[in-house]
Amino acid sequence: MSFYETVLRLEQLPYETLWKQYAAEDVKRALRKERLDEHDLQALLSPAAASCLEEMAQRAQQLTRSHFGHVMQLFTPMYLADFCVNHCTYCSFSSIYDFPRKKLGPEELRQEASVIAASGFRHLLVLTGESRKESPTAYVKDCVKILREYFSSVSIEVNPLSIEEYRDLMEAGVDGLTLYQEVYQQETYRKLHIKGPKRVYRNRLDAPERGCQAGFRSVNIGALLGMYDWRQEAFFTAMHARYLQDKYPECEIGLSAPRFRPYLGEFNPDSEVTDRALVQIILAYRLFLPRAGITLSTREPASLRDHLVHLGITKMSAGVSTEVGGHTQTGGTPQFEISDSRNVQEITDMLTANSLQPVFKDWDILTGDPA
Amino acid sequence: MSDPFVLGGISLTSRLFIGTGKYSRNTLIPEVVASSGSEVITVALRRVDPQSQENIMNYIPSQMTLLPNTSGARTAEEAVRIARLARAGGLGNWVKIEVISDQKYLLPDNSETIRATEILAAEGFVVLPYMSPDLSAALRMKAAGAAAIMPLGAPIGSNRGLKTKELLRILISEVDLPIIVDAGIGRPSEAAEAMEMGASAVLLNTAIATARDPLLMAEAFREAVSSGRKAYLAGLGPVEEAAVHSSPLTGFLN
Ligand code: SF4
Repeated sequence: MSFYETVLRLEQLPYETLWKQYAAEDVKRALRKERLDEHDLQALLSPAAASCLEEMAQRAQQLTRSHFGHVMQLFTPMYLADFCVNHCTYCSFSSIYDFPRKKLGPEELRQEASVIAASGFRHLLVLTGESRKESPTAYVKDCVKILREYFSSVSIEVNPLSIEEYRDLMEAGVDGLTLYQEVYQQETYRKLHIKGPKRVYRNRLDAPERGCQAGFRSVNIGALLGMYDWRQEAFFTAMHARYLQDKYPECEIGLSAPRFRPYLGEFNPDSEVTDRALVQIILAYRLFLPRAGITLSTREPASLRDHLVHLGITKMSAGVSTEVGGHTQTGGTPQFEISDSRNVQEITDMLTANSLQPVFKDWDILTGDPA
Repeated sequence: MSDPFVLGGISLTSRLFIGTGKYSRNTLIPEVVASSGSEVITVALRRVDPQSQENIMNYIPSQMTLLPNTSGARTAEEAVRIARLARAGGLGNWVKIEVISDQKYLLPDNSETIRATEILAAEGFVVLPYMSPDLSAALRMKAAGAAAIMPLGAPIGSNRGLKTKELLRILISEVDLPIIVDAGIGRPSEAAEAMEMGASAVLLNTAIATARDPLLMAEAFREAVSSGRKAYLAGLGPVEEAAVHSSPLTGFLN
């Protein structure tokens, strides 16, 4: 059994009529429930919920504060390499673009790591483009071994791997996995992933589960919002998270709600996700999965991020560069344009002003300790 | 009236233990300590960052007895490792074992907790295991060398109160160790109730940290814990199921 079987079942639902079935009463009923089911989730994502956003927000905030307190975990991404064999229509690293590609060597990596660590970060997310040739598991592993000297926790966002490869990385000290399905609707998935191994939907879909099986402490999933009808994509994402949470209770399942951002190419997705829609999605995630971490990236503009910190978000990135070596070098190509370019100090000031405590360290890697 | 609570060789006057995890700013910690009158404070080792100026340890008043906890541990081995790191890091030899393998409800794993208790008690730690209230598990923790037992009143962060009341009652009457009710207490009246039942102390974090006015709430809990304790010591009148006749029906037999 894999989540794919659930995908096949959910694909059969008549979404056109389904969203219209719900009324505000269904949303209010869901708000009073302890454990929400699939239908409650649909109600929360339905057009009817738009009139209940404030009540949803109140409850989401209450749940977040009691489970997570008045704290916000901060982390930053580090791009190790931008080589990629795929062509995804929404990304600058796509193999069709011609720009000087690079990957960090050990010295550059150390420089980058020490600059990031000096700004306070103890949790790092390392990213690569998808190229088994240029940034293979062995390369990521070597990088992680070095990074462990600087950080308390290192997570990865790389091409989908096998259970054995994930275990291998865990032994090197990786403790979290981030892997976005990007698009759950299969037909659209194929349309947007034009070339390369990423075209194999199922390999990607099952990868977070392989991460759970390998024993990562946390697994973070998400849909890239804007690629297909957001209600349906958010619905599939939350169902995927619930599936993993139920099946792997020892793993901390987290969600992200990234919206499409401008990049090197011309493609513009047809499904608009307004700020209101984004809020509805985040609230639905929180209500449906009260204990899941929810990450908000710098894809969102500063003013919106400032408001969202009260609506269920538990992790934020800060001081972000989406180019390889972007913390110490210039001239790289960003994977996409970020929107909130505030530095770490500005983000911590904003959080403090919002009565939230910025937390830079929330875990120490215990596996693969070289000591 | 002197009613000290001796734990791990330390004599405490306050029976309210507090946490450090969920405050909106670390500077609230010393203020909450002052208002609550608490003398024992739990701190998650995973949050401790000696390299940072914002290190949580810098905010804990020096007179406090530290109770480092192993939160984040999912196995006995992880808990043991965290406890050893805490002691090596100078946080003393008390430890609250928290082994949670279920990330959905955050319920403690009693069998892993028993294993960790055995190992750490043998290494000389003052071990306080956080647990789901279960009599046989509590007795095993005692046999393993626990200094006190910390059963939950309700899941962490739920503020639901003493949902496990009947089980807590059994632990209090059957386990010859201090019982410290941990997790779930959301209101001062619930803390008072736990104390009236005979709990030796209570540990709180969310209820104070997420109150609108944490300092006032800390004070409210200080008073509640102290009144609950007094009521327990005073001996509550027995609760009778049916009305008791002032002239018993069988009085003529005398
Ligand atoms: S999204 Fe990932 S796989 Fe697709 S082009 Fe960008 S880097 Fe490559």
